[in-house]
Amino acid sequence: MSVLFNASLVMVHVGEQTTEKAAALEKIIAGFDGDLPNYRVLWQAGNPVDVLLHACISQKANLLILGAIKREGLLKYYLGSVARKLTRKAPCDVLLLIKPSVVRVPCASAVVNGLAHPKTEEAIERAFYVLSSLGAQKLTVVEEIPEDSVAIKVDDDRSLRQSTIAKERIKLRENSRVQAILKHIPTNIKGRLEVVVQPIFGTRGYSIGHYARVVRADLLVMNAPRKLTLWDRLFPHDLEYILSDLPTDVLIVR
Amino acid sequence: MGRKTKFAHLRSNIFAGFVVSLIAMPLALGLAIASGFPPIAGIIASVVGGLVVALFGGSYVTITGPGNGLVVVLLGAVTVLGEGDMQAGYLYALAAVILSGVLLLVFGFLRFGSLSDFFPATALQGMLSAIGITILLKQLYVMLGDLTTKGAALDLFLGIPDLIHALITDGTTGQWYAAAIGVASLFIMVFYSNIRNRFFHLVPAPMWVVLLALGFDAYFSFFGQGNPISKELLISLPENLFGGLPTPNFSKWNQSTFWGVVLSITLISSIESLLSIKAVDKLDPQKRRSNANKDMKALGLATVVSGFLGGMNVVTVIARSSVNVNNQASNRSANFFHAVFLFVMVLVFQDQLRRIPLTALAAILVYTGYKLASPVIFVRMYQIGKEQLLVFLTTLIATLLTDLITGILIGLATTFAVHVVLNKAFWLFSRNLLKPNVLMYKETETQNYYVGVIHFCTFLNFYKLKSKLDVIPQDMRAVVDFSLCSFVDHTVQESLQNYEGLFERKGGALEIIGLDVHDTDSSHPFAVRTLRPMKTLRVFGGGRTKRQQQLEALAQEHGWTYTEAPKTNKALLRGHPVYQTAVVERMYNMLEEPKNSLSLFDITYSEGAFIAKENVQTTFLRVTLEKPIPIFSFDRELLLEKLSHLAGVHDIDFPDFPEFSKDFYVQGDNPTKVRAFFNAKMVSFFSAYGFYHVMSNGKELLVRQFLRPATPAEAAAMIEFGLALKKKIDG
Repeated sequence: MSVLFNASLVMVHVGEQTTEKAAALEKIIAGFDGDLPNYRVLWQAGNPVDVLLHACISQKANLLILGAIKREGLLKYYLGSVARKLTRKAPCDVLLLIKPSVVRVPCASAVVNGLAHPKTEEAIERAFYVLSSLGAQKLTVVEEIPEDSVAIKVDDDRSLRQSTIAKERIKLRENSRVQAILKHIPTNIKGRLEVVVQPIFGTRGYSIGHYARVVRADLLVMNAPRKLTLWDRLFPHDLEYILSDLPTDVLIVR
Repeated sequence: MGRKTKFAHLRSNIFAGFVVSLIAMPLALGLAIASGFPPIAGIIASVVGGLVVALFGGSYVTITGPGNGLVVVLLGAVTVLGEGDMQAGYLYALAAVILSGVLLLVFGFLRFGSLSDFFPATALQGMLSAIGITILLKQLYVMLGDLTTKGAALDLFLGIPDLIHALITDGTTGQWYAAAIGVASLFIMVFYSNIRNRFFHLVPAPMWVVLLALGFDAYFSFFGQGNPISKELLISLPENLFGGLPTPNFSKWNQSTFWGVVLSITLISSIESLLSIKAVDKLDPQKRRSNANKDMKALGLATVVSGFLGGMNVVTVIARSSVNVNNQASNRSANFFHAVFLFVMVLVFQDQLRRIPLTALAAILVYTGYKLASPVIFVRMYQIGKEQLLVFLTTLIATLLTDLITGILIGLATTFAVHVVLNKAFWLFSRNLLKPNVLMYKETETQNYYVGVIHFCTFLNFYKLKSKLDVIPQDMRAVVDFSLCSFVDHTVQESLQNYEGLFERKGGALEIIGLDVHDTDSSHPFAVRTLRPMKTLRVFGGGRTKRQQQLEALAQEHGWTYTEAPKTNKALLRGHPVYQTAVVERMYNMLEEPKNSLSLFDITYSEGAFIAKENVQTTFLRVTLEKPIPIFSFDRELLLEKLSHLAGVHDIDFPDFPEFSKDFYVQGDNPTKVRAFFNAKMVSFFSAYGFYHVMSNGKELLVRQFLRPATPAEAAAMIEFGLALKKKIDG
């Protein structure tokens, strides 16, 4: 992957360096044909979270790539898996991979969030950059609009009509906001990407994950969350929905 | 809307209100007696309900009054709270009724309008059937003149032979007559819908029962013997209808039994009302959506008022509402007029009412009870699946053995247990219960609404899906995708079928996808069920009947195709003004022309609901036309042909063809166009085939001969007629 971005790769193995492990790793790298990127292997023992965090800082990494399990067990959900802890604490962008494959499957489409949030512009820009580097074809910007933004409760035909009109209005407003962001994106990274804007009325954070799954997106790009506490996990919201049930590979932009 | 049509609407609402009051009166008296309340309590509930809900309600064509589901709870309340003393029990029960009204009001403000969606459909059905069985058994005794026997359902059931034996051996003449009236009344109720006579059907069945009872009384008074039935077996009304309001007794407010009663009354009345509102919305020809929360508030208020006046709970009732719809009611004023007529009738006819034997009213209730627990329901449950039958029977038996609340809770638990066993996975439910699982968005490209569901979808979390479905305008296309959903239960499927109907009525469409995949995908970890009741219904067991073979031969003769069980087109009849309230149940034995412009098929449809439901089985010929024609219906002239099929539309006269005009009854919304259509050629053609009923909706014609399936010969004649007609019009 780092080939595609012309970046250097730092592999971090947590645990004692043994000859078998080193040999195994050599074998994997040897199986990698084509140009080898500039790579290094760090061997370090200790708590995986601390080690990886430290490595990120010391190596001045731009991106941390992690393998993650698709769904967390109940206990892990409350204690937090390694991947999740890292996601929360890492100082750089994090890429969570759930479906590693031996043969590279081209990344065809991606979904990015378009929340009204200061980080959103950055996330969309990053998504464009990543996707044009990966040669993807389609990017969907999903605006999640909380349902209570429409104050009308639907009881009968009249209130339904009113709420539908109100929703259309909000939709137009949101669309123009996203279009404004899209205008700022430099054309050189826009490439030939097909861009679709899809507004969704629904639970924030959850809807986009479900949407990504429905459209079979290969990558989901999200804003980094603010600091999360146990409270947030008891009453999940936003990113928590996606982290607890990864719909696809997720890139978290910080 | 002009003044004239407004007036026409008002007139049809007054008329509908009148017809409903005819059926409401005997029901109200009977339900009150069965509940252990004085007979007048039922009338109070109807009158107050009609007035209050008509003013404050949120539904359109519903009728409110005392409900049959509440009979069991209220009788229980009177017995338990009165500790044997029925009069004291009545006063305690009134207090409970008032408090349940207050609770209902609160429910309305808390927007609990979707409360009934939280109960599994099968368990609810089981509970309703248990209520039906209880009513049936208890009233069977009353119907045969026995007012004293009390006991649990099983004892009552086992006591039936004794009851009949006792009646034959030790019955007095009075009891005999009373029992005879009861049995005759039951016959009227049962065979009413089988007798297809227009004049007979002008008076609803319960009113025939009352007329029978009054006729009996008149006969004996005329011959000077006096009514042989003893006073206890006749309705008792207070001498002064307005004097001496009962005072509700709140003194048991600190007892848990009292609050248990209040809770069960509230639960049952709200569930009955909500289910009825949902069912009546399906019948409304104008396809409006009722505001259930607003209606709940109005029902709560009406219940409080009714309770203070000594009346029963006010709920929305399905049978009376469906009669209302069938008589062209178009708004809440019909409910209002039903209350007014009822009030006037009771004032004017109080003497006559006192002559109605209780046995006649009990017969009406026996039939109501039977409808709630009819064998058809058991068969349907079995067809949907053995596990549904298990849930149904468990709830039914539990309700009969304990009480309604315990029964429904056991039903809920059983349903959940069955789901867990079916999926062999508890964690699927436990882990995902609280997470959101529904995504809904409007596709930017197609403007369709997409609704995706993941994890599982059962009665436990259907409200999440429902809240999304409710905000989709029903004239749009919506797609519900279950392909990422591991388990979909029967309750959800049934509700979705309901939604399909709602969308279809408003010109939209709701499609369900992803369930078929599960059915075939054997590698899927969960046995996902795609139980659609219609699918599992085996209409044709074994070989074909002779008629089917003959129909097939007929199809071959014309070069048409024959299909035994075609896909049922539920929207078929609704496009025709005459059948706006009809619900198509099934189509079968379809003969189709290759070009699809003519088809002949058998059809089962129903009009109305519950005890006012009438099932019709007939054969239709459908002719799709190329040229547009006016909207009309053609019939042989009959006095009072269902009074007025289309509001504000009357028989069109043809001055040029006086004979034709006299013999036939042609209705249409545009007389000039219809007159132009019926030129000399058409008139002679239609006169020759006067035995057919022809209905046009502008684009296609429906032809029907009898209200029964046509014989193969009749079918052949119909096809000839259709071919000739199409040639005449399209040229």
